[in-house]
This record gives sequence, C-alpha cells and structure tokens, in this order.
Amino acid sequence: MITDIKEWRKYLTISDHPKAKKVQPMQNKPIIQVNAISKSFGSFEAVKEVSFHVNRGDVFGFLGPNGAGKSTTIRCLLSLIKPNSGEIKLFGETFSSNRSMILSKIGSIIEKPDFYKYLSAEKNLEIFARISGAQVSRKQIYEMLEFVGLSGREKHRVKGFSHGMKQRLGIAQTLLHKPDLIILDEPTTGLDPQGIIEIRNLILRLKTEQNKTILLSSHQLSEIELIANRMVIINKGKTLVEGTVSELLNQQEVLILLEVDHIEKAMNLINNKFPLSSPELNAAGQIELTLQKNQTALLNKELIQAEILVSALEPKRKLEDFFIKIIGA
Amino acid sequence: MFLNNTYNEFIKIAAKPRSYIGLIALSVLIAVIIFAMKADGSTYISFVTASFEQTLSFSGDIMNGNLIAFIILQMLIVHIPLLVALVTGDLISGEANMGTIRMLASKPISRAHIVLSKFLAGAIYTLLLTIWLGFLALYVSRWIFGTGDLMVLTSEGLIIHPESDIEWRYLYGFLTAYLSLLTVSTLSICLSAFAENSIGPIVTTMAIIILFTIIGTMDVTVFDTIKPYLFTTHMAAWRSYFEDPVPWEAINESIRILICHNVILISIALFQFTRKDITS
Repeated sequence: MITDIKEWRKYLTISDHPKAKKVQPMQNKPIIQVNAISKSFGSFEAVKEVSFHVNRGDVFGFLGPNGAGKSTTIRCLLSLIKPNSGEIKLFGETFSSNRSMILSKIGSIIEKPDFYKYLSAEKNLEIFARISGAQVSRKQIYEMLEFVGLSGREKHRVKGFSHGMKQRLGIAQTLLHKPDLIILDEPTTGLDPQGIIEIRNLILRLKTEQNKTILLSSHQLSEIELIANRMVIINKGKTLVEGTVSELLNQQEVLILLEVDHIEKAMNLINNKFPLSSPELNAAGQIELTLQKNQTALLNKELIQAEILVSALEPKRKLEDFFIKIIGA
Repeated sequence: MFLNNTYNEFIKIAAKPRSYIGLIALSVLIAVIIFAMKADGSTYISFVTASFEQTLSFSGDIMNGNLIAFIILQMLIVHIPLLVALVTGDLISGEANMGTIRMLASKPISRAHIVLSKFLAGAIYTLLLTIWLGFLALYVSRWIFGTGDLMVLTSEGLIIHPESDIEWRYLYGFLTAYLSLLTVSTLSICLSAFAENSIGPIVTTMAIIILFTIIGTMDVTVFDTIKPYLFTTHMAAWRSYFEDPVPWEAINESIRILICHNVILISIALFQFTRKDITS
C-alpha cells in the first residue's frame, strides 16, 4: 500500500501535501497532561518533575538524547511504570480512576515492536486485537496489513521479518483498534534510510488521512521537525523547552558563525553596529554572535564595506545549536 | 477480556515447540517402559514377588495393563514436574524476555487478569499432560498387556485389588496427581512473575522440588514440623488410593495442603506482577 512513497517524499511537511486535510482548528483540549512526574530506580533519578501536555490533533515530538528519560516517561504514560510523584491524566482521567478506558483509546509501540516470533503476522494481530477492547474482524486485520505494506505476508512467521517489517507490523498493531492517541517510542531506530522514510510517511498518513493525535519520541531533531507540530525537549530527566515546532525552530533570532580575516576589526564593527549581538570568539577562531534573521545580510554588507574579507558566514537556528550541545554533552 | 486472554494464552502455548516436548517425552518414556516390560517383564515381576513366593502362590497373569500403568505412574510422577515447569515457567518471564510483556501490559486488560489467564492456561496445559499420561499409561498398557487384578506392594504388605475395583482408584489417583502437578505449575508461574528469562523459573522450580523432596526423606527431627506442610510430601498422595482401606483423612489433608499452596502462590504472583514496573 505504500505505493506513493516517492510522491510523499517530495513533501517535507504535512501541510505541503495536496492530499493533506486543511489544518483543523486546535481544540486546545489536552489529551495528555503530564504534571511534574518523577521516577527513580534505586538511587538513579530517571525522570525529574517532567511536565508537558499534548492537545487533540497534535503530532507531538518528544525529543531528547539517548538516556534522557523519554522511554521511562512513555512507560509511565502507558501504566507500565508507576511514577513516584506527579500526576498523569489521559483523556481527562487518571489510571487509578479509569485505566481500562484510557488504554482502549491508545495504540503504542514502546522502544521496538516485539511480537511472538513463532506466530504469523496475522495471528499476532489477532492476539492483540482480542485484548484491545474493540471488535476487530479478520477483514480489518488484512486491511491493516495492507495499509502498512505487509500484504502477502499475513501467514508468514514474524521470526523471518526484517526490523523494518516488524516496525510496520507494530504500527498495524497500534492502529488495529482505531485508537484516538498513538504513542510511538523511537519508531525509526535501527532502520535503514529507506525504512525511516517508509515509517515517516506512514506517520504522516496517520495524521493526514486519519487525523490521529500522535506522540512521537526521538533523539533526532530533524525527524521531529519533519513530522511534529509541537514538541518538548527533555534531558537528564528534566523538561528543557516546550512549544510549537515553528516557534521553537523558526525563531527570528539566529546564531551566526563568522570567519573573517581581521577578527579584532570585525569585533569592533559588530559591537558598534549590532550592540545587542554579544559577539564572542570561539575555540575554532570563529566569531559567534546572535542576530535577528533579517540582519544577517546587513552584517555581511557592513563587513564588506569595512573591507573585512568574509570567508564564512553560517547562520544556525538557536534551538538546533542548543540541541546539538545537549547531545554533545 | 479475561477469557479472551486465556484463549490467547492457549494459542501461544499451542504454537510453542517446547509445549510438545512434554507430550513427546512422555510418549517416548512410556513406550520404553512398555517395551522393557514386554521384553523382560516377568523377571521384573519375579524380583518384586520373590519374597512372597514361599507363602503365596500366584495364579493368572499378574503382569497386566493395570500393573504396568501403576509402575509407569510411580516411575514418571517424579519427572513430570520438569515437563510441566518447562512450559509454565516461561509463561510470564518468556513474555518479558521477548519484550511482548510491554505490548500486553499496555492493553486495556488488568494485570491481575493477565496473571490469572496465564494460570488458567497453565492449568489446562497441565491437565492435558495428565490426561495424555493417563491415556498412555492405562489404556495403551491395557491394550498391549490386557487387563486383570492389580497387585500393589505397599508399606503394609502386598495388596491385590480385583479388576472391578480398580477404575475409580485410577480416576481419583489421576485427579490427585493432577493437583500435585498443578501446584508445580503454579509455583513455576509464580517464580516466572519475578524473572525476566524463562531458564530461572524452570531451574528454580526443579531446585525447590529437589530440596523439599530431600528434606521430606531425611529422617531428622528438626524437619519433622515442616515436612507435613511441604507440597512435595503430598505429591505421592495419589498412591494412597491403592491402599486398603483407603486413608481418606490423609488424602483430604494432602488435597487441602496442595490447594493452600496453589492459593498462596497465585496470591504472591498477583501481588508481584500488579506492582512491578515493566522495564524490559
């Protein structure tokens, strides 16, 4: 069924695609509310007062480097792990009040999709459908396998499936009972570039064709940027920033890395002409400064007029730089 | 949801190759015993009856299907717990090992129901194993050796049960043997709730059975107070149906203790599994 990969590949964001439904007005009704949850394993604090919320219709990016606490938080969202403190509300309810109702509305893949290897794809889906809280027919199972591109593999044992095929089967399992919320924990980990594109496109289709609310965790900013409309970044178990992807990534302020032949002359000029830019010399001999996006060309013009030769002028988004620093750390 | 998951559990058991090891092993072992008895059974029987031959004279065919079934049961009932634990010890920990426990526990089924459905599926598997044992031991033996009176050697002496008085003894015997095996199944599932791989619960179950059996057979005063409460002490309760008169009080006591073990072990498993963080 993934016949239109090439077509989808042309489009970087959901709204660019001609088949995409018009963006529906945000209902601002949080489906997920995480309020200051903490979880420790012995003396190790995996999650420290993490808070965020996901609205209905969001594709929400849950971003952080490996070991940031993403999987622990997601396991808390699925009642696999009980947080030591804080509160989680899904669909306005807590697990203690209505666990069964909450989980019947969620489809999830946690870390990697694991199946009963000795059973076929069809049998695996049958098993999970039977305890999903919804009536799922065999026809729906076949349709779902077709949707994820596993048509013809229904009777094959999962033992012989590649990682990418298991991921697609995982997505089929996630969608089978028509959940309102889909939670995908690092769904592209371990996939080859083609597999990453396929999974990404599947997620885009879920958003555009089925208008699902999706929480997607990743350690790659570029992946979140392509798919999500809102996101949170966590590191070392703590929430760092939360907001819309466009706000966070398309900020007017940019970090400029500048390479010139006369550093001192350039520093003086920048201090005079752009007093709020806080220029600093980094270890690589580059000048780092912060400017408004529309001032970049002006800076270049000023430097040339002052007869300073510019060998490099590299604008970087502040969040990208911030995230790279986190990963580097 | 509970019955749906029990059905799922049984599909999983039926699809696992290891589930058939027990059935195949039982078939092979019984075939070997039957072959040995067919080939040289009279020597075996005369070895047992040698001490009585001066005072008693035996007429008719002592070596019949009923006696072979009794010999098979006595030989195998010690080893069948391993075949049971091989499957039931894997029921929870195997899911943790495969990673499917995450998928299972994030579905709208309570954790208590997950555990109870595994217990039920394990109980059905154990029942099938017991029925298979009964079928091969009793009916195949009777088919090959014919039927007749049953001669049983007990601590009280030699008892001969007439053919017409045997059927109910085997029926009750197998039911009590099933309860013993169910306790082994429950023990291994309980241990499975604490583990992340299936080897641990299987080996631990067998280690517990060996340890308790050794304690049960040691003639040491210090163990006398705990012996009556060890489930292994009551695993041979099925044999009591072949005594004359049948010690009903002792059998009922054994049944009560085995049931208590099952209830306690299920409770421990429920307590552990419903509280544990699923991190695998």
